Amino acid sequence: MSLQDVIRTDAAALWQRAFDKGEKRDADFTTVSGAKLEPLYGPDDAALDPETDLGYPGQFPYTRGVHPTMYRGRLWTMRQFAGFGSAKQTNERFKYLLAHGQTGLSTAFDFPTLMGYDSDHERSRGEVGQVGVAISCLRDMETLMEGIPMADVSTSMTINGPAPILLAFYIACGERQGVSPTKLRGTVQNDILKEYQAQHAWLVPAEPALRMITDVMGYCATHVPQWNTISISGYHIREAGSTAAQELAFTLANGMEYVRRGVAAGLDVDSFAPRLSFFFDSHIDFFEEIAKFRAARRIWARKMRDEFHAKDPRSWMLRFHTQTAGVTLTAQQPENNIVRTAYEALAAVLGGTQSLHTNSMDETLSLPTEKAVKIALRTQQILAEETEVAHVADPLAGSYFVEAQTNRLEKDAERYFAEIDKRGGVVAATEAGWIQREIHRSAVAYQRATEQGQKKIVGVNCFQEDESGGPTIAIHKIDAAVEREQHVRLADVRKKRDSAKAKRALDDVRDACAGKDNLLARFVAAAHADCTLGEIAGVLRTSFGEYHEPKIL
Amino acid sequence: MTEQKIRVLVAKPGLDGHDRGAKTVASILRDRGMEVIYTGLHQTPEMIAEAATQEDVDVVGLSILSGAHMELFPRVRAELVKRGMGHVLLVGGGIIPNDDMKKLEADGFAKLFGPGTRTDDIGVYIETEMKKRRAHSA
Repeated sequence: MSLQDVIRTDAAALWQRAFDKGEKRDADFTTVSGAKLEPLYGPDDAALDPETDLGYPGQFPYTRGVHPTMYRGRLWTMRQFAGFGSAKQTNERFKYLLAHGQTGLSTAFDFPTLMGYDSDHERSRGEVGQVGVAISCLRDMETLMEGIPMADVSTSMTINGPAPILLAFYIACGERQGVSPTKLRGTVQNDILKEYQAQHAWLVPAEPALRMITDVMGYCATHVPQWNTISISGYHIREAGSTAAQELAFTLANGMEYVRRGVAAGLDVDSFAPRLSFFFDSHIDFFEEIAKFRAARRIWARKMRDEFHAKDPRSWMLRFHTQTAGVTLTAQQPENNIVRTAYEALAAVLGGTQSLHTNSMDETLSLPTEKAVKIALRTQQILAEETEVAHVADPLAGSYFVEAQTNRLEKDAERYFAEIDKRGGVVAATEAGWIQREIHRSAVAYQRATEQGQKKIVGVNCFQEDESGGPTIAIHKIDAAVEREQHVRLADVRKKRDSAKAKRALDDVRDACAGKDNLLARFVAAAHADCTLGEIAGVLRTSFGEYHEPKIL
Repeated sequence: MTEQKIRVLVAKPGLDGHDRGAKTVASILRDRGMEVIYTGLHQTPEMIAEAATQEDVDVVGLSILSGAHMELFPRVRAELVKRGMGHVLLVGGGIIPNDDMKKLEADGFAKLFGPGTRTDDIGVYIETEMKKRRAHSA
C-alpha cells in the first residue's frame, strides 16, 4: 500500500466515523422506486471500464448518447402531445404550437379512436373528443393536417391497437396533399405489448396484433422508409405504477420481442431495427431517471449487437422520446406542477433524449388550456436556450453516483429478463397477467408509502393548503357538440363514397386477414375508398377475435 | 355478533384504460377487510349494474379518467335503479372537475373523490356510511 493509499483509506474511515456520529434527518433515503441509496458514492461503487461500458457519444454502447455531436449538432425536438375535440380544433392547436416554436407534431386520439370505434358507435357515447382528437376516416385526417406541409413536419401518433389503420389514413392523406410516402417522417406508437400490460387500449389478441406490427415494419421498410414504425414505450408502464427498473426491463423486453418477431417473419434485422424508437417517462427522481436513460442505451446496444447480431450501428442505437411524468402532477396547488415538470425535463435532457414533451400544469384537472401548454413549451425553451446544459454531451458521466445507478439499473433489468424468460417470454408473461401484477404491486406500495408519509408530495401530504374553493386555474372543457358534428360528418362520408369500392376494399382486408398479404397495404387502399376506422377494425375483430384481459385481482 | 363484511364493486365504465387508481383502491379496501369485486376494464353501464345485482353489493365505486363521467356515471345509476339497486352506496373518482362533482352529488352519487385522495379516506368514508346505514336499518 502506498502512502497515498493509506491517506485515502484514512480519509474514508474518518468520513465514515463522522457520518455515523452525525445527526440524520428522519426521512426515507430511497429512490422514488424504493431502491436503497448510500449517503455517498465513490470509485468502488461505480466500477466500470470507460471504453467498453461508456464509449464515446455516437459509439457503441452509446451510454453517452447516440450522436457524436449530441445537442451541439441539433437540439432535441420539442414535441408537445396534443389533441382534443374535433380534427378542426386540433388542427388549430397544432398550428398554434408550430407558431410558438414547436418543432414536431404529436397527436393524442380520443378513446373511441384508440379502441377502433367510429365516433358514432354506441360505445363511443360521451367519449368523442374527450381525451384526444376523434379521427374516424380519411376525411378527418385531412382536416387534422389541413394547411400543414406534411413533407416538412414530422408527426407522431400515439395509437396502438388500430395503429396500422391510422398510419394508412396518414399515408393516404399525404398522397392527397401530393406528398409521396417516401417523404413522410414521423412515428406511430404501434406498441401493443405495453397496451396489454399497462395502457389498455387494444383491438385484437396478441398474435394477430404482432403480425400487423411486422406487416407495418415490412411495408414501411419499402414504401415509407423515414417512418419510425414503432415507439416501444415504457411511459405507460411507469405511469401505471411500475418502478424505474420495471419500466426499463419491461420496455426493453417488449422491444426484443418485436425484433424476434420481425426476424421470424423473414425480415433482415438491419432492414427494420434502425426504425425502432423508444419512449420513456421522466419521473421526479432526478438521478435515477438519468441513470435509467443511460442504462437503456447500453443494454439495447449490447442486445442488438451480441444477441440479435445486427451489423448496422443504427440498429444498435436506442433513440428515444421522453414525456415528463403525468402521475407526479397534483391537483392540489397546480402551479407547482410547472416546477416538477422542469426538473423532469432537465433529467431527460441530461439523459440524452431525442425529443421531449413537457406536461402542462393543469393535466390532473382537464386537458390543457392554451396558456398552460405554452408555459410547458417555454419550459423546454428556457432549458435549451438559457441554462447552457445542452452544450456538453452526457455531462454526468463519471459521477460515481450516476454510474453506480446506471450499473444497478442494468443489473435489475437483467434479473427481470431472466424472470421473463423463465415464464415463457414476454407474451406468455403478459397473457398470464404476471407483468400486470408486478406493476400493480409497485403502484400499491408507492400509494402506501405516500399515505404513511415515507414519500412526500408537496401540497398532498405536506405543505397542504385549504383548497376547498376549487382550483385556482382555468379548466379546459370539451364541447359536447363535437360528438354530434362527428355523427353528421360520418353520415356524409358514408353517403358520398363509392359504396361498391368501399365494400371491395373491406373484402380485401378480410382476405388478407385470412392469408399472408401485407395488411397495411390493404388498409391504405381501404382509406382511399373512404372506409371508416370502425369498419376496418370491425373486420379485424371478426377475423381475429377480441382480446380479453387476464384477471389480476 | 361478527360484523357483516362490506361488499364493494369497483368498476371501470367506458373505454378508458386508466386502471391504476381503481385497482389500487380495490386492493387497499380489500386489505381493510372489505369484500371487493373488480370488474376489469371497458364495462358498459348495463354490465356494471348487472354485476352489482348478481354480487348483491353494498357499495359501487366507479372510476373514470377519460372525461366521459357526465355521460356514463348517470347511466350506471339509472341501470342500478332499474334493477332495484338504487339503495347501494354509489361513489366515484377520477379526473372530474369540481362543478361536475357537485352535479353528480346532487344526482344520486353519495360522494366523488378527486386526484390526490388518500385511499384511507375512501375506506373510512365507506365504513362510516355503512355503519350509519346498518344502524338505521337494524
